Amino acid sequence: MIANTKQQAVLNAIEENKNLEGPLLPILHRIQNDLGHIPSEHVGDIANALNLSRAEVHGVITFYHSFKSEAHGKHIIEVCRAESCQAKGGRAIEAAVKAKLGIDYEQTTSDGAITLEPVYCLGNCACSPAIKIDTQIYGRVTEESLSDLIDSIKAGQH
Amino acid sequence: MTITVYVPQDSSAISVGADQVAAKLAKLDDVEIVRNGSRGLFWLEPMVEVETDLGRVAYGPVGVGDIDSLVEQDLLKGEQEHPLSLGLTEEIPFLKKQQRLTFKRAGIIDPTDLVSYQTHGGYVGLKRAITMTSQECVDEVKESGLRGRGGAAFPTGIKWQTVHDAPGKKKYIVCNADEGDSGTYADRLQMEADPFGLIEGMTIAAIAVGADKGYIYLREEYPHAHLRLNEAIEKALAANLLGDNILGSGHNFDLEVRLGAKSYICGEETALLESLEGKRGVVRAKPPLPALEGLFGKPTVVNNVLSLSTISIIFEAGAKAYADFGMGRSRGTMPFQLAGNLNQCGLVELAFGVSLNELLNDFGGGSASDKPLRAVQCGGPLGTYLPESQWGIEMDYETLAGTGGVLGHGGIVAFDSSVDMSAQARFSMEFCAEESCGKCTPCRIGATRGAETIDKIRANRDRHANIALLESLCKTMEGGSLCAMGGMTPFPVKSALEHFSEDFYKEPVSSSNAGQTTYQSSGSTTEISIDSIKKAGTSS
Ligand SMILES: Cc1cc2nc3c(=O)[nH]c(=O)nc-3n(C[C@H](O)[C@H](O)[C@H](O)COP(=O)(O)O)c2cc1C
Ligand code: SF4
Ligand code: FES
Repeated sequence: MIANTKQQAVLNAIEENKNLEGPLLPILHRIQNDLGHIPSEHVGDIANALNLSRAEVHGVITFYHSFKSEAHGKHIIEVCRAESCQAKGGRAIEAAVKAKLGIDYEQTTSDGAITLEPVYCLGNCACSPAIKIDTQIYGRVTEESLSDLIDSIKAGQH
Repeated sequence: MTITVYVPQDSSAISVGADQVAAKLAKLDDVEIVRNGSRGLFWLEPMVEVETDLGRVAYGPVGVGDIDSLVEQDLLKGEQEHPLSLGLTEEIPFLKKQQRLTFKRAGIIDPTDLVSYQTHGGYVGLKRAITMTSQECVDEVKESGLRGRGGAAFPTGIKWQTVHDAPGKKKYIVCNADEGDSGTYADRLQMEADPFGLIEGMTIAAIAVGADKGYIYLREEYPHAHLRLNEAIEKALAANLLGDNILGSGHNFDLEVRLGAKSYICGEETALLESLEGKRGVVRAKPPLPALEGLFGKPTVVNNVLSLSTISIIFEAGAKAYADFGMGRSRGTMPFQLAGNLNQCGLVELAFGVSLNELLNDFGGGSASDKPLRAVQCGGPLGTYLPESQWGIEMDYETLAGTGGVLGHGGIVAFDSSVDMSAQARFSMEFCAEESCGKCTPCRIGATRGAETIDKIRANRDRHANIALLESLCKTMEGGSLCAMGGMTPFPVKSALEHFSEDFYKEPVSSSNAGQTTYQSSGSTTEISIDSIKKAGTSS
C-alpha cells in the first residue's frame, strides 16, 4: 500500500513536470515535498522517464543539500551557521539546539520528531540569529526562545 | 472612516512576529490592513504604519503585547505619544538620508498590487522600451553605467550587447536570485516588496536582446519571495504585460520561477545554468561565455535580481539621471546591507562613495553589544575582513579592490571584539569545503586541508610551519581554481591572518587534541600533499 502511494507520488511528479525544459529539479522538488525524501527504489523510474541513467539522477540527488535519500523527522529545524548569525551569538544557538535535542546536524531525534540541519544564511541577517522550523523562519532567536520553540514542537503545537 | 494600517509581509518582519501583529490589528473596527513589503529598517520590524493626513507615521518594533497600549494612545489617529512612536516614516533619519532608486517602492506599496505599482512609476520604463529599437535599449543600459550587482560588477550593457549580437532565434533571460552570500538580503527584500520591478526589468532585457523566455532561479530558502513572484507573474500575464504580443508591441516573453536546492555554488552563473538544465551544479569552464552559449547552449543574459530591477528604474528615469549618481566607474546607487552586530541593521541604498564608517556608525548605529566593533566582512563569505584602520574607505568597486577587498553584492557584517578571527578563517575554509562543486582539487581538497591546518594553528601545533603552510595553500587555491569559490576563499582567510594575527597565537582553548606529543607535523608530508594538489590542478 505504502509502496504504491510512493510510486504514485513519483509518477505524478514526473507526469506534471516532464514537459518542462530541464524537468529534473522540479520533479525532485515535488517528490521531496510530497514524500520528504527521494526513495532510492524509484530513482530508476525518474531516469527512465527522462532518458537518463540512474547514475546521472543519483548524482544530481546527492549533489544538492535539499534532496534526501532517507526520510527525515516529522519536523526539520535548520540553524543558520553563516557569518551574520555568528556575529550575533549563532554559535551558542547551535550548541544549545544540539544539546537540547541531543543530536548533531543531519541527525534525527530518536522519537522521529525532529531532524536538525545546518543552513548557510536564510536572508534574515538583519534579524540574526535566525533559525527555520519547517517553513517558518524565526529571527532574533535567544537560547530561551529556542528552547520554548522546541518544547512547543514536542508538545505537538507546531 | 476606514483607516489604513500597514504591516509588512516581508519574511524578516514575519520572523519577528509581523503576522501575529497584523492579525491582532485586523480585529479593530474600521481598520484596513495592507500587507506592504518592508522599508528595510529591520531593527524596527515589525514596523506598523498608519496613514494620516500628514503622511504615514510609524511605530516599531511592535510586539503583539504592545497593541493595546498603542491603541489606547490613539495609534489609529497617528498620535505620537507612545514610546514606540517613530514619527513620519519618511522623516526617520535612516531612511531620509538614503537615495532610493532601485528600492524606491519597497515598503510603500502592496507588493502585488499592479495598480499601486503603476501609480509609483511602474511600467513607464517598459512602455518606453517598446518604442525603442533593440540597439537603442542596449545603448541606454550602456549609458547608465550599470554594473552587475551580483558580485562581479561586469558592465551590464556590454553583456547585453553580446547577447543582442549573437546569432540565433532562441535566447534566454535568466535572473540570478540565488542570493547565497551570507549577510545579504537585498534580493529577497526586492522580490518580496516589489516583484513587478524585477519582472519589468526582465521584460525590457528580453526586448533588448531578442529573448522570448525567462527564468528566475530562486533559492529555495526564500518561500515568501516565491509566492510573491508567482502572484505578480500571473497578474502581469493577465494584464498583457507578459506573454504574447506584450502591449501590442509584437514582443513575446514568457517567465517562470525555478527553485534551487540549497547549493551555494549554484549562484555562480554557469553552475546555475547547469542546475536549470537539471544537472549537478558544476561550474563550466569559460569560454564559451554564457552570453554566447548559455542555457541549453543558447545565448543567455544572466543578471542578478538587483541589476534587472534597476533596469526598470533606468528606463523610467533615463540613463543619464541614473549615471549622475556615483563616483568614478561605479555609477548609480548601491544597496548596502547592514548585518551582524549593529544596532540598526537594514538596507541602505546610496550613491557609491559613502564611507564604511558612515554606514557602520551613522546608519548602523555602531555596536549592538557592550563591546566595541572589531572586524567587518564586506562582500559576502568570500570577502575580506577589514580592521578599523580601513573603515574610512569609500565604498565603490575600485577603491575596495585597491585594498584587496570586494564590494560583491553589498553585504556588510560587523563583529564585536568577542570575535575570534582564527575561528572565522576556519569557517571560511570549512564553508568552501562544504560548498565546492568539486571540479578543481585546490578548491575541493585544499579547503579541507586549510580547515585542518587552521585547527593545528589554533591548537598551537607547530604554529609557524602551519601558518606558512596555510599561506602557501591560499596561494595554490587562488592560482589553481576555476571560479571565485576556490579563488577567493583565501581572501577572508588571509585578511584575518594579516590584520588579526594575534588571534592565531592565542593559548589553545579546547584541550581535546591540543598538546598531544604524539602528533607529528612533518613538513615534508604536507609539502607533498600541496604539491599533489597543485599538480592535479583543475583537470581532475
Ligand atoms: C561562488 C559564486 C557564487 C555566486 N553567487 C551569486 C549569487 O548568489 N547571486 C548572484 O547574483 N551572483 C552570484 N555570483 C555571480 C554570478 O556568477 C554572476 O556574475 C552574476 O549572476 C551576473 O549577474 P550581474 O552581472 O547582474 O551581477 C556568484 C559567483 C560565484 C563565483
Ligand atoms: S573553484 Fe571550487 S567551486 Fe569553483 S569550479 Fe573549482 S571546484 Fe568548483
Ligand atoms: S547569516 Fe544567518 S540569516 Fe544570513
